[in-house]
Amino acid sequence: MKKKKIIVLKDVWKIYRMGDIQVEALRGLNLEVEENEFLAIMGPSGSGKSTAVNMVGCLDIPTKGEIFLDGKNIAHLEESELAQIRGRKIGFIFQQFNLIGTLTALENITLPMMFQGIPKAEREKKAKALLEMVGLGDRITHKPTELSGGQQQRVAIARALSVDPDVILADEPTGNLDSKTGLMVMDFLKKLHRDEKKTIVMVTHDQRIAKQAERIEYLHDGRIVKSFDSDSFHEVEDYHDNMKKAVKKK
Amino acid sequence: MIQEHFKLAVKNIRQRKLRSWLTMIGIFIGIAAIVSLISMGEGLRVAITSQFGFLSTDVLTIQAGGVQMGPPGTGVINPLTVDDTEKIGKVAGVKASISRIVRSADSEFNGRRNMAYVVSIPDGDNRREVERIANIEIDKGRLLKDGDTYSVVLGAKYGTDDIFGKPVSVGQNIVINDAKFNVVGIAKEKGSFIMDNAVVMNDETMRELFDDDEKVDIIAVVVRNVNEMDDVQERIEKLLRKERNVDKGEEDFSVESAKKALETLNDTLFAVQLFVYIIAGISLLVGGIGIMNTMYTAVLERTKEIGIMKAIGAKNFDIFVLFFIESGYLGSVGGAIGVTFGALFSLFLSFIGNAALGSGLIRAYFPWWLIPGALLFSFSVGSIAGIIPAIGAAKLKPVDALRYTK
Ligand SMILES: Nc1ncnc2c1ncn2[C@@H]1O[C@H](COP(=O)(O)OP(=O)(O)OP(=O)(O)O)[C@@H](O)[C@H]1O
Ligand SMILES: [Mg+2]
Repeated sequence: MKKKKIIVLKDVWKIYRMGDIQVEALRGLNLEVEENEFLAIMGPSGSGKSTAVNMVGCLDIPTKGEIFLDGKNIAHLEESELAQIRGRKIGFIFQQFNLIGTLTALENITLPMMFQGIPKAEREKKAKALLEMVGLGDRITHKPTELSGGQQQRVAIARALSVDPDVILADEPTGNLDSKTGLMVMDFLKKLHRDEKKTIVMVTHDQRIAKQAERIEYLHDGRIVKSFDSDSFHEVEDYHDNMKKAVKKK
Repeated sequence: MIQEHFKLAVKNIRQRKLRSWLTMIGIFIGIAAIVSLISMGEGLRVAITSQFGFLSTDVLTIQAGGVQMGPPGTGVINPLTVDDTEKIGKVAGVKASISRIVRSADSEFNGRRNMAYVVSIPDGDNRREVERIANIEIDKGRLLKDGDTYSVVLGAKYGTDDIFGKPVSVGQNIVINDAKFNVVGIAKEKGSFIMDNAVVMNDETMRELFDDDEKVDIIAVVVRNVNEMDDVQERIEKLLRKERNVDKGEEDFSVESAKKALETLNDTLFAVQLFVYIIAGISLLVGGIGIMNTMYTAVLERTKEIGIMKAIGAKNFDIFVLFFIESGYLGSVGGAIGVTFGALFSLFLSFIGNAALGSGLIRAYFPWWLIPGALLFSFSVGSIAGIIPAIGAAKLKPVDALRYTK
């Protein structure tokens, strides 16, 4: 049985205009992600990785092209509809954790559920369970500043899971962590993929992190230039090094 | 749902305590000013109305010297005389024309001295008229009658400790301008400062005491028909202009009805209040701008947070509500504190004022609409000031907001 394609990008362009200058962040990007797939996106800095992921996450709309999320075209939706999809179907994990500083760990996790109108008692029960799951059951009332980077990212993972989204989008989730903590966060993502059957799209610079995924798509100048599967993962390192050198020369 | 937004908004305000307090000061001052000024102004209006309330509506009061400042009879160049009183008595529509002398004098009792406010009362039918228009009623003893020499009826305050440290009673003697007077009666309390502090004596005695046969401080004119007030006033003015040889518009005397005087006073009071409202209004406007400024700063500071909230599913409306509540809250709390302080301040002022004057004349008065009105108003100022920043926050694009770094 062929798996359902949960994310489809067809010839997606994103052009930023700043005065006279045009920046083509995405230049005809095509990408498909199957349900319960764990995809890593690599690419040199400025290749358009964040731009692509943000558009899948309904944070922005493309200048041209179509994006299907769970069969629905989201490329031309209004902000109110995008906000609804974002709130229900997408869980974000950011490089800078992006927790809200004035709120406790528990409150940060309940916030997405509040925006979905889930009753307070239910919210708190679920948030506590999620904190337990990421191993922070004893940090309920801690503020982000009272947590380590790794702990903050685990709270962020719990937050991303709170509304039970189909898709987890992680933009360099280990970028601000040391390699050991990074690997621990990766263990959580893998667990989500394996046990919770989430679809995960993760952006990373680090090929060791990328290799934890099932597939790696390599982005350059706003489009996919190469795909790797587990059989060709050993080629990633050289490819990435050459790319970086090539970009530097330019 | 909104309840949750409210909690979140209040949390944000608490997070920035100092700035929130500073912002609220603007609203606080404006509202405190409005509440204390309105309650004092209304109190003053009530007090004045009650002071004038005893004056009958069928009476015209004539004084020399145009519009008068200070006690009657002072600083008048061309005083009225008994001759004027007689001539006015013959004017058509006049029922009675009564000469009255009103002076201040030294009084002494119980070894203590006091400035007394002495008024005269005439003989005959006019005695009844004065008793009626000045609403003199006796509490102890009796009223004055024709032929009483060196006798006085005292205002109600003399029956208390207030003036001489011990009450004066009927039958005792009191010294006025070095002459001995027998107290025949104490008047009922009228709640009017002037009436309750007055010393009333017969016209003849008063003329002897002040060694003055001619001068009249006030002519009280009772008209036959209240509807003819204006006509009678015009006739008297015409007569006095001729008598005193002055042109219209340059009168050195005034003819006023009690009602008019009250209106004039009210107008003055209103003008003062209006001025004060304008200042309070400006202060509130500045307070509103302060809130707006704080909210703009808050939106800018929390741009990243807005981006995060949008990324985890906040709708534009959620963001709007969060910021809107925050500004409304700043306005309301500032207003509530302002109302409290304003009310306490005016109560304090009236307490001080009464302690200084030794009377219950000044009283803060709170119309029923004042406090709810002030609260609603401060909430509105806060909300209105917050609307534009809140809309700005709601409209931020999620990616741009997330990207924002301080
Ligand atoms: N809002 C914007 N306005 C103008 N240009 C932008 C904007 N967002 C992104 N870009 C440009 O688009 C290109 C792609 O940016 P993007 O952030 O997607 O890169 P990236 O692959 O995520 O890079 P990195 O690895 O450094 O995060 C860059 O050249 C960037 O300067
Ligand atoms: Mg990026």
